[in-house]
Amino acid sequence: MNRSLVPVLGVLAVLLIAIAFVNPNFVDPPVFLAFLKRAAPLALLAAGQYFVIASGEFDLSVGSLITAEVVIAARLINGDADATWWVIVLLLVIGALTGLVNGTITTRFGVPSFIATLGMLLILEGAVFLWTDGAPRGALSDEFRMFGRNNVVGQIPWSVVILLLLGVGAVLLMRSDFGRTLMATGDNARAAALAGVRVSWVRTTAFILSGLSAAVAAVLLGGFGGVSAQVGRGMEFAAITAVVLGGVALGGGRGSVVGAMAGALTVESLFTLLNLLGVSGALEYAVQGLIIIAAVAFTSRRTDEHPRPGRGIRRGRAHHSVLK
Amino acid sequence: MAAPLLAMRNVSKSFFGNEVLSGVDLDLRPGEVHALVGENGAGKSTLMKILAGVHEPDSGEIELGGEQVRFSHPSQAQVAGVAIIYQELTLLGERTVAENVFLGREPSRFGVIDRRKMETETTRLLEELGERSFTSRRLVRQLSVAQQQVVEIAKALVVDARVVVMDEPTASLADHEVELLYKLIHRLQARGIGVLYVSHRLREVFDLAQRVTVLKDGRLVSTTDTEAIDIPGLVRLMVGRDLESFFPPRESDIGDVLLEASGAGHRRLRDVDLRLHAGEIVGVAGLQGSGRTSLARALFGVEPFTTGEIRVDGRRTRITSPRRAIKAGLGYVTEDRKSEGLALRQQVRHNALLVAHALHRSAGVSVSELLTSVELTGGPDSASREVRFLSGGNQQKVVLAKWLAVRPRVLIFDEPTRGIDVGAKFAIYTLIRALSAQGVAILMISSELQELIGMADRILVMRDHRIVADLPGDSTEEAIMHAAVHEEAAP
Repeated sequence: MNRSLVPVLGVLAVLLIAIAFVNPNFVDPPVFLAFLKRAAPLALLAAGQYFVIASGEFDLSVGSLITAEVVIAARLINGDADATWWVIVLLLVIGALTGLVNGTITTRFGVPSFIATLGMLLILEGAVFLWTDGAPRGALSDEFRMFGRNNVVGQIPWSVVILLLLGVGAVLLMRSDFGRTLMATGDNARAAALAGVRVSWVRTTAFILSGLSAAVAAVLLGGFGGVSAQVGRGMEFAAITAVVLGGVALGGGRGSVVGAMAGALTVESLFTLLNLLGVSGALEYAVQGLIIIAAVAFTSRRTDEHPRPGRGIRRGRAHHSVLK
Repeated sequence: MAAPLLAMRNVSKSFFGNEVLSGVDLDLRPGEVHALVGENGAGKSTLMKILAGVHEPDSGEIELGGEQVRFSHPSQAQVAGVAIIYQELTLLGERTVAENVFLGREPSRFGVIDRRKMETETTRLLEELGERSFTSRRLVRQLSVAQQQVVEIAKALVVDARVVVMDEPTASLADHEVELLYKLIHRLQARGIGVLYVSHRLREVFDLAQRVTVLKDGRLVSTTDTEAIDIPGLVRLMVGRDLESFFPPRESDIGDVLLEASGAGHRRLRDVDLRLHAGEIVGVAGLQGSGRTSLARALFGVEPFTTGEIRVDGRRTRITSPRRAIKAGLGYVTEDRKSEGLALRQQVRHNALLVAHALHRSAGVSVSELLTSVELTGGPDSASREVRFLSGGNQQKVVLAKWLAVRPRVLIFDEPTRGIDVGAKFAIYTLIRALSAQGVAILMISSELQELIGMADRILVMRDHRIVADLPGDSTEEAIMHAAVHEEAAP
């Protein structure tokens, strides 16, 4: 097994045992499956964010993208079951397009992704507010809500099945040519470009995958939690926290997608535990802040044992032109 | 004869097991200009950095004005009176001349920086240096390189430097500016300051220096009065070394033209005409900055040619990116393998297959076969180790494997054996030979003339961003150096 997974799986195991200790019901299959169902959107989002972070970038836009997607879906479906399918397709297209725009701005115009996607976050948030006047209208159909709410067979929820399928897909993707070039890009973009990797395209693809993961997460969250202008708020930070907790070094080229998803389960189980212990939900952000700082400190301690000369883009003028 | 101002005795330094300086002696008298010359990689800059306190020597002693010193930080060297003027100037562009001159030791009055004192002192220093073309209040970024050098020197005077080290100071100066620099150096001499002058330009050595020290492969070759030697003699000292029987014999037949450039050029490179034949090894010699690496990068599409044409296998090909170059059958082993050749935190396996992955091609052989073919040593699990844990020689073999996986027809090597040990060097030479025997055309850039003579069928010499000579592979080092430094060598 990949050694970078050990810490996150250790923490996850400790938290799950602690939850089971406080709430013995937790080990019952339905309760545990409900936990997974709740964690599925964040785990998918973490997988999407993983691609972006592994390539050496950030995607801060996914939280408000989720909100926008849910609000759009509610408005367009407006309770009409027949609209469900084309709206889901449309959501995926919007997710992919947002990623394409983020990627293009970052790689072609040389805007650091931190700024590009922060801008996208604000733009989407503003657009949603403008369009809804702060109060989303319309309603999702039951067919739409099925994915976030219902079970496929017996006690197995749709979200868990979707999470498993897409999770396996992400693992396979990382083992493909694309995954290898993605890791090489995050590790050393110059070397990757000189080896024939289309660095800009690889990074843009990572943003598209992140946008798609936000679209799927929006479908699940819409079904699970319903329509509001707050549904995706803070999800981008939760996803980044999850990825970092999963042993993925910021700056790229390190860690595994399984680690990122395990990180999401860890974040979710921590919130569950805090909830069980009666800690106010308002503290969630503060806890996330602590985790993200601690996790990054931990990973950089581990990775700085062997400082890397030539890391990044030594002779580069602009962020995006890795070769000139 | 004056007592030495500076004496370095038996100074040695190794980096990661590679000895780059071994038992070097050097002394500098007050008011003397002492030139330090040698081929690239001879150890000049390491010696300079030891003097500057950037590196600590592993052994040996340094005496400054009769006192033994040991620098573990550049600031200590500065306080002791050693000023270094690097090739790349280190001034702050957005600050004034005076602020730069007094950087880090600003005079203060009542706890506030005393600007007036700074400015009058700087003006006085500039006058002493005969500089009237700018004032102490000018922003440094508005100055020319030559003017900035004056500021650097003023900076050295303000701390009462006794030893000034200059690293290739004329590299980016126009002719008339060089004259001004000479005058400046004479003024430093008149003040009793010792100048250690590092330069490739032998003409300047004879113009300025009283003595010249030659380094080669980290060892002292000689220290001579410049009156007792001439340029050809100095060149011989710089390159002369017995050819070890180090290079595997050539076995290939030279075939058809595989890569051809005619009239190719861009912003910096001019009139590149070259032909590489199948099975041929063509060397490229030239001093640092002569355009050798630019040539490799242009051929490989990193900074593509904008004029002329390139033919691969007789077919006209536009190579506008590395990806296109690779698709046309080229490969490029870069000079700096850590920053350009490898993804250090990825496994050996993934690095070896990176080009194949990028092109969605199969390597056709297993990773272990690929690694065996480059003689990667290091145990059965070596394929899954992260590349950063490998030795320099093994890292270079991984770079080579990366290219072999896609079977290139033309391979460009830029300093293929820099920083690797002797055993790995031999392995790399053998691999290059084997590739050429298979009909791969090879362009090999190197600062080690021996390596070029030992390996190449022909040697192109570059100077001032042009190919200035096309010499046979069995040329002497003197002949190559003469072509590379033509301006000095001319009678």
